Amino acid sequence: MTKLVRTDEETLLADMARSFLEREAPLSKLRQMRDQGRTHDAAAWKAMAELGWAGVLVPESAGGSDMGFAAANVIAEEMGRTLAVAPFLSTAVIAATTLRQVGDARASKALAQIAAGETTYALAIDESVKFAPDSTRLEARAVGNGFCLSGSKQFVVDGGLAERLLVLARTQAGLTLFDIPADRAGVHRDMAHMIDSRDVARIRFEDVEATGADVLGAVDDAMSVLQPALQAGQAALAAEMTGLAAGAFGMTLSYLKERKQFGVEIGRFQALQHRAAHLWCEIEVTSSAILNAGRMLDSDPASAALAVSLAKARATQTATLAVQEGVQLHGGIGMTDAFDMGFFMKRARVGAEWLGDYSYHAEKVAAQRGF
Amino acid sequence: MSDDKMTAFRAEMRAWLQENCPEEMRDGLMTEESICWGGKSWTFSSPAQKLWLERCAAKGYTVPTWPVAYGGAGFSRDQEKIFLEEMDRLNARLPLQSFGIWMLGPALLHFGTHEQKLRYLPPVARGELRWCQGYSEPGAGSDLANVQTHGAEGGDHWLVNGQKIWTSYADKADWIFALVRTDRDAPKHKGISFLLINMEDPGIETRPIKMISGVSPFCETFFTDVKVPKDQIVGAENAGWDVAKYLLTHEREMISAGGAALSGGGRALGAVIADTVRDMDAVLRADAMRCEVDGLALGLTLERYKDQAAAGQGAGDASAMLKYMGTELNKRRHELMMSAGGSDALEWDGPLGNRAGDWLRTKANSIEGGTSEVMLSIVSRRILGLPG
Repeated sequence: MTKLVRTDEETLLADMARSFLEREAPLSKLRQMRDQGRTHDAAAWKAMAELGWAGVLVPESAGGSDMGFAAANVIAEEMGRTLAVAPFLSTAVIAATTLRQVGDARASKALAQIAAGETTYALAIDESVKFAPDSTRLEARAVGNGFCLSGSKQFVVDGGLAERLLVLARTQAGLTLFDIPADRAGVHRDMAHMIDSRDVARIRFEDVEATGADVLGAVDDAMSVLQPALQAGQAALAAEMTGLAAGAFGMTLSYLKERKQFGVEIGRFQALQHRAAHLWCEIEVTSSAILNAGRMLDSDPASAALAVSLAKARATQTATLAVQEGVQLHGGIGMTDAFDMGFFMKRARVGAEWLGDYSYHAEKVAAQRGF
Repeated sequence: MSDDKMTAFRAEMRAWLQENCPEEMRDGLMTEESICWGGKSWTFSSPAQKLWLERCAAKGYTVPTWPVAYGGAGFSRDQEKIFLEEMDRLNARLPLQSFGIWMLGPALLHFGTHEQKLRYLPPVARGELRWCQGYSEPGAGSDLANVQTHGAEGGDHWLVNGQKIWTSYADKADWIFALVRTDRDAPKHKGISFLLINMEDPGIETRPIKMISGVSPFCETFFTDVKVPKDQIVGAENAGWDVAKYLLTHEREMISAGGAALSGGGRALGAVIADTVRDMDAVLRADAMRCEVDGLALGLTLERYKDQAAAGQGAGDASAMLKYMGTELNKRRHELMMSAGGSDALEWDGPLGNRAGDWLRTKANSIEGGTSEVMLSIVSRRILGLPG
């Protein structure tokens, strides 16, 4: 029976991930990259691939470490703590899970490249300001033996630099998922200038040619391969946001113990103690939802929808609270760019929108619970 | 347990419940009227309630995780989980609820002698003795360790004098477990003993307190020269605060479970509300959704802490978090149910039964067993290490 307790292996993985990230991808790295206008750290991604993170969901037969969804969540949570910059969710979680669903020889080859850290992917799914895959309008018109894609996507996370794009498109009788190189003729990428300083693109598709070989899964049936990947991505994002909340909270708690006003540490004031304690309680409750989502994805993925939406809704809510309290409890210094809290706040806001916001996921929970 | 064994165990539980749970007990109700509290003066609300209790007690299913010798079924955490899932599947009522099960039992199992366990636990498991809790006093609320009820040294007994307040169901209970000061000279926390007292002893008087919900679940309890034999102490003399604290963590988990069970394992809040309002107002619906999300996550947190406890890691101070989150959630939930009920919810025993009484009752949740503010202070000092 699955247990809502971290296994020894998971604890070990978390410890290793934390010490690696504090060394190789600390928050100061994100600040440095932002100041230099960079959004991708190839060396760090290579190092993560060597640790088996790029292949965390890739079968061992394709060179992956195949640690499972709960383990992917553990890694994502640690990455959230330091706001590590890496195409982990896009490539190692979403693209890998999609390709694994496809399961043919070509997919195996692609999975091997993911595990080796050689290929990065981005999921081009949003077309409006909100996540709404069912309303996809980007058209893939049947032309001869192939397709012609036209339309546009926005909020393509990791989409500015990714080598390949997973594109959700409308075909004659449904939705179809295409896997195309990002440099194919007719693909126009514009880097968005994101508040969290990461790689996000707006992408126009102008008569982009695709063949049947570019289709993942069946034509008109994208969701058979994409839905499990979306769930895995949503769960890992929720884990990342919970790590983010814990990271912001850790900073705040230290500050409460150090900062003095009226001659004493401000952590002596009950008004602040209770705000901090409440936030800790919220993080604790949310971490249960994260653990549960990982367990459900590993043990019974077909029934994981409720667990995943619950995790993403709770994580969004908790991360939002953590960064708001983070700034408030720090006072004025929390508002300065020289201080790190702002980075947590901006990443939390971006994470809140990606792959479905609070309302989207709360609606999914409500639907599952019969109202 | 192996998967095969668990599958077999589940089948066994399912078959037993199907065979033994009376139809009338399959409505999943958890209201004041449907609960079976047991005790010497208990009147069963129906023959089915009695039968259900007897059948469960015979198998140890009223306290499934207690050892068989003390009236339980000796279930592991995995087995308990399966049993409760199967109960839930049938929508079966709990056969018995009591402070003996939730609070005294865990404390006795931890601190009691073998003789005490044999003497006190099986009657609790069978629903024959009903216990109440003598903690709070007029001058000892959030400052619980300030108890003044005094136990004077009397050789083979203590002579107890004093007053307790907020003693839930003291007027219906057979026994009371009470905090009594047995050393007035020791520091506040070091002079308290944890005594078990028979409510039929001479010198005990109870007076119900009428509450805003219209009922009187709480009492004042007065002790005048009550002789308590020395073998009715749990733990060492003057070490009662350790027992009290241990028991409080269980109380907090139990109270928080009340909030989460309704949304975690029970019916969805939205479904409950939809019984009243067909076309749910958008704002009400949104509030209900938020409440549902939080309730499910809290339910998982209770599961997680139980799993941790099974792995040998108790909730400890984190029970303050469970209590705080559970009770605040329960209050939200009942506010929503009142809102959904509209004017129908405003009548005592109106079309929605006792909805208003239940709503009013929840207001005590964040006070009893330690206020929300005390819980937050416990978290901030003991878990976060903020200076006191």
